Amino acid sequence: MTILTVIEHDQGVIEPLTFGMLTAARELASDADVPLHAVLIGADVEELADGLGEYGVEAVYLMEDDALEAFAPNAWAACVLTAMDEDEVTAVVGLGSEMSNEIMAHVAARADLPLATNCIAIQPEEDEAWAVTRLRWGGTLHEEAKLYGEPKLLTIFALGIEPEEESVDVEVIDVEPALEEADLMVRVVSRIKPEQTGISLTDAPVVVSGGRGVGSSEGFAILDELAALLNGAVGCSRVVTNNGWRPHSEQIGQTGVRVAPELYIACGISGATQHMSGCSGAKHLLSINKDEQAAIFTKSDTAVVGDLHVVLPAIIAEMKKN
Amino acid sequence: MEILVCIKRVPVTAAKVTLTADEQAIDAKYLSFAPGPHEECAVEEAVQIIEKHGGKSTALTLGTEDAIEQLRYAASIGIDDLILLETDSDWPPMPTAKAIADAVQEQGQPFDLLLFGNESANTGGYQVGIRVAHALGLPVVTGVKKLEFADGKATAHRQTASGWELYEVPLPAVFTIKEGINVPRYPSIPRKLKAKRKPIQRIVPGKGDVGLEKVRLTVPDVEASDVNILGHGADAAPKVVELLKELGLV
Repeated sequence: MTILTVIEHDQGVIEPLTFGMLTAARELASDADVPLHAVLIGADVEELADGLGEYGVEAVYLMEDDALEAFAPNAWAACVLTAMDEDEVTAVVGLGSEMSNEIMAHVAARADLPLATNCIAIQPEEDEAWAVTRLRWGGTLHEEAKLYGEPKLLTIFALGIEPEEESVDVEVIDVEPALEEADLMVRVVSRIKPEQTGISLTDAPVVVSGGRGVGSSEGFAILDELAALLNGAVGCSRVVTNNGWRPHSEQIGQTGVRVAPELYIACGISGATQHMSGCSGAKHLLSINKDEQAAIFTKSDTAVVGDLHVVLPAIIAEMKKN
Repeated sequence: MEILVCIKRVPVTAAKVTLTADEQAIDAKYLSFAPGPHEECAVEEAVQIIEKHGGKSTALTLGTEDAIEQLRYAASIGIDDLILLETDSDWPPMPTAKAIADAVQEQGQPFDLLLFGNESANTGGYQVGIRVAHALGLPVVTGVKKLEFADGKATAHRQTASGWELYEVPLPAVFTIKEGINVPRYPSIPRKLKAKRKPIQRIVPGKGDVGLEKVRLTVPDVEASDVNILGHGADAAPKVVELLKELGLV
């Protein structure tokens, strides 16, 4: 028996959270006293295999095909299914990310097996079902569930798992992917580079974020000014994008971007769970709200009670004074 | 174009989430309900596609009778036909997908497009749309934030960390939609009134394998934050700048 992991990479660059996932999967494998294996899929990805040994992967099923140059989720699923036939697999484990959740859903659909996505705890049981804990509502709630099926299919939410190295010799096993036309029907036909204007939200050390309290599209000028002074980026809540004040690409939250800056300045934001699941990774949360009862105050490190249209200009003036 | 859009009734959560005594659901006594954000955009997208290319749209939901409220919402945006797959509770992804695929096959008119939300707001399973696509033998693109049509083909754009990926697929096809593809309109009062009179096709689906069985929900422990109030109004500015210095940001 083995635990088979799926290695996520974007055009040959391994998604860093994969190593957290491997760390969790290795624990699962060592508890069950079975080896940790991985499947590596792409057109020319052999060089990625050696590094996997540093995270305890004993065997890598290398599935290369020129047709896999362009990402095709269903073709990746076909490869995972082929690798599952190479061994007696106890569980197939992927990363709890958009890309791997998609691949694993294809695997689950094709194998007619259940799939538990975004797990944060996994307890294998002797009987048929495993006990898993998974994220709901963007992490606001946890669900304890029983996962049936054989083998078990799951993805691990790895944000916050510290990758731990444990070097082993890795055996690379070439396996021919058996791809059919239908597997490749949905594939990336072209790519567009993102239009880069200033620092990106996910890289910015400071995010100045506005909510309903900003009041209008024009109201964001003062947030733009503060963000520029702090070499930061501007974010917003869902109500702002629904009102068309700012583009959706700036929305922080469950259905937007997740950020983890040094400082998150929440201006006129109430603190709904939809929003907080996108900024709870911030090292320091400063909120500015004129409502003393605002829920966001209970989730903040520091706060200013007051109208953001008064407080922000005063902060900017103070910064310029210094 | 014949479009099916699948939606799910979820509570609109505020700042604090409380569970029911049996730990099976969010206590929604004081909450309103809506389709998930991605699904609201899927409904809007379906209506916009029909406005541009002509055709007919159908909204489908699986859930209790209460979910009729979300079908009425879809109608108030401009969806033509409504289908309720009536159950006594929320179902996990596997039986949900099977029930939807069965219902699609039972409809006389095949759909050119099947739209879903990328993942449900409450359970976040990331799989119902993909499972339905496989059950019906259709291609599926997930996470779609832009959709265009030409010559019986669709071009779907999706955003990743490294930019935009473009996919081209023949129709019929399944797309799972992400918020940001459009800004959903507000229902007008005449449309709301009209939506109330729309007939609803009710189907009671058979439940297959559960696969993933919810035991209970828990609210994760969040460290109670001891908020430090820096001050009130403009007078707080010096303290804020002090904080920026402490954090090494100025």
